[in-house]
Amino acid sequence: MLRFIVQRLLILPVLLILFSMIVFWLVDAPPGDYLTSYISNLAAGGSSIRGEQVEALRKQFGLDEPGYIRYLYWVQRLLQGDLGYSLEYLRPNADLIGERLVLTILLALFAFIITWIVAIPAGIYSATHQNSLLDYVFALLNYVGVATPNFMLALILMWFAFAYFGIGITGLFSPEFEQAPWSVARFIDLLKHIWVPGIVLGIAGTARLMRVMRANLLDELNKPYVVTARAKGMSEWALVIKYPVRLAFNPLVSTIGWYLPQLFSGSLIVATVMNLPNIGPLLLRALIQQDMYLAGSILLIYCLLTILGTLISDILLALLDPRIRMEES
Amino acid sequence: MAENQVEETPALQLGSKAEERVSVASNWQLVWWRFKKNRLALLCMVVLVIFYIIVLIPDFFATQDPEETEARLAFIPAQPIKFFDESGLRLWVPAVMGKRNPVTLRMEWQVDETKKVPVRFFTAGYKYKLFGLVETDLHLIGLTDLKSEDKIYLLGTDRLGRDQWSRMMHGTRTSMTVGLAAVALSVVLGILLGGVSGYFGGWIDLIIQRLIELLQSLPTIPIWLAMTAALPQDWQPEQVFFAITIILAFIGWTTLAREVRGRFLSLREEDFVLAAELAGCSRWRIITRHMVPAFMSHIIATSTLAIPVMIISETSLSYLGLGIRPPAISWGVLLQEAQNIQTIAQAPWLLTPGLFVILAVLAFNLVGDGLRDAADPYGH
Repeated sequence: MLRFIVQRLLILPVLLILFSMIVFWLVDAPPGDYLTSYISNLAAGGSSIRGEQVEALRKQFGLDEPGYIRYLYWVQRLLQGDLGYSLEYLRPNADLIGERLVLTILLALFAFIITWIVAIPAGIYSATHQNSLLDYVFALLNYVGVATPNFMLALILMWFAFAYFGIGITGLFSPEFEQAPWSVARFIDLLKHIWVPGIVLGIAGTARLMRVMRANLLDELNKPYVVTARAKGMSEWALVIKYPVRLAFNPLVSTIGWYLPQLFSGSLIVATVMNLPNIGPLLLRALIQQDMYLAGSILLIYCLLTILGTLISDILLALLDPRIRMEES
Repeated sequence: MAENQVEETPALQLGSKAEERVSVASNWQLVWWRFKKNRLALLCMVVLVIFYIIVLIPDFFATQDPEETEARLAFIPAQPIKFFDESGLRLWVPAVMGKRNPVTLRMEWQVDETKKVPVRFFTAGYKYKLFGLVETDLHLIGLTDLKSEDKIYLLGTDRLGRDQWSRMMHGTRTSMTVGLAAVALSVVLGILLGGVSGYFGGWIDLIIQRLIELLQSLPTIPIWLAMTAALPQDWQPEQVFFAITIILAFIGWTTLAREVRGRFLSLREEDFVLAAELAGCSRWRIITRHMVPAFMSHIIATSTLAIPVMIISETSLSYLGLGIRPPAISWGVLLQEAQNIQTIAQAPWLLTPGLFVILAVLAFNLVGDGLRDAADPYGH
């Protein structure tokens, strides 16, 4: 088991180096740099900047060096824990990202928990009550849930809340807590707001998970061991929960590996639509403004979250299923 | 007719003729017969066919030039088609009445059910070129009285007074094509690389597998955003369209390649491949004549299920302003008009492209599920 985890951890730096190259290449690819878009913004606003000043800024941020030098420079600073300096906000990137990162992870985990709490019981019910009315209702919700892009769902919910209840459901905090330092009251305020984006983000995953759970459980329910247990007089409820559900669970755990990362990157769109203080909107703005070191740092963080998500699921799966452990060693 | 008999007769009473039909039927026929039994999937297939007819001739379904702007006619509410009035069956749409708000000085429009604008099917409208060749002015629906000044906005207008319905028809063309093109590209790449990987094995397999793992562990949406943000601002809509297609396929092919590789690996051990080898078939012939047809139906099912993912991705990217760009029209571009809650509250019809997205994705998913169940005709 330990060997398996160590093996996985050893691949991590290799992946990160490759990802950092891809990310740097991507944020460096657009023609021009932050200063060209800064100058054109100034020009659009009616002011201008002197030639020497531009050159000085360019030197200061190292924008005049060739690409690979800037890459090495960037990586060197990343290794020292320095995420660089935002050209737009004129603040260290680590400051900008810091709290937003916590909220990104919290939101994804919250959506993940909602998904499992709703999907597993619903899946079990659908499988044990096959072709019942509720089974059909769940199936319909499934298809619509998967088919609705989550920004669309966010828009519809926001519209309903606004048109019929006159409330705005954007943001993660009430105005008075937005800038406040962390406290119990602020956390409770967060819990009041997080469930709408959490549901929006989790709905497609819930639908998918429910479907898989139902199918897996249906396969198990016809097996002889279930009949045996029933013949021995076990109560139906205890029987289903104790044996087939546990078996039907295994394949689901293996999907965490791609589902958790999907939640991290999926929250980007929902966060932009619902105006959540998440790293998503920050990335979007940085990309459009060509604030390349900020964009690069955030992209790399997304990559890291993705790798960690996969790692967690690999470990969970190995814990749950001895066959996988055997295979690896 | 004979086909229907096969399905409806219970297996035990199968006539010898019908039995013979099943045993000599090609793989494709069997898939089709099984697929046909799934009514819902068949219905969705019809929906998709309608969508793709719109893709071919969006102008025929449009009622007005999608680019025509008129600031005075902004935010006109939808004028739904009515099929009956007091005198019986008659097609009409309610007229709209505009009043200038004395406070904001904006035009405010309201549907006026008492005034009826008669409309009819297959009538003349604005001129357009069918398939870019034949000039015509035939439209699916339009005013009965061609000389009247009235205009009909079946789904209302946006902030520039452009007709939402006509723009939806043109948006359908872009969005449905992007999905299809991106998946087509993924399929080509997937079959090529997956096939090479599965058939040759060894170090080629190793490299391709590592590449797939690398691409699959990238966070999809942020990477897509970074790629589309890198597209030059001065590109033509066509260039952007192709670039978006390639970007979507860039990660999409990996799933298909895995599937193809898996099939190749399992088929390589099958008896019929060995038989073909013993009979002296060339490698190329074994692959193209024996192996590819054996898993083609699976590939089609998998790619049908991949199209909706592409459609949702394109819509999301365009909605964020980093996908298809105006003046090109796609569902995502149209939804961009519904950016803030005030606009949506004022003009909820701007959300209608979202219904098209949901409908298209739903149809693709159900057809894909149907195909996947039908793809294994010898399975049961």
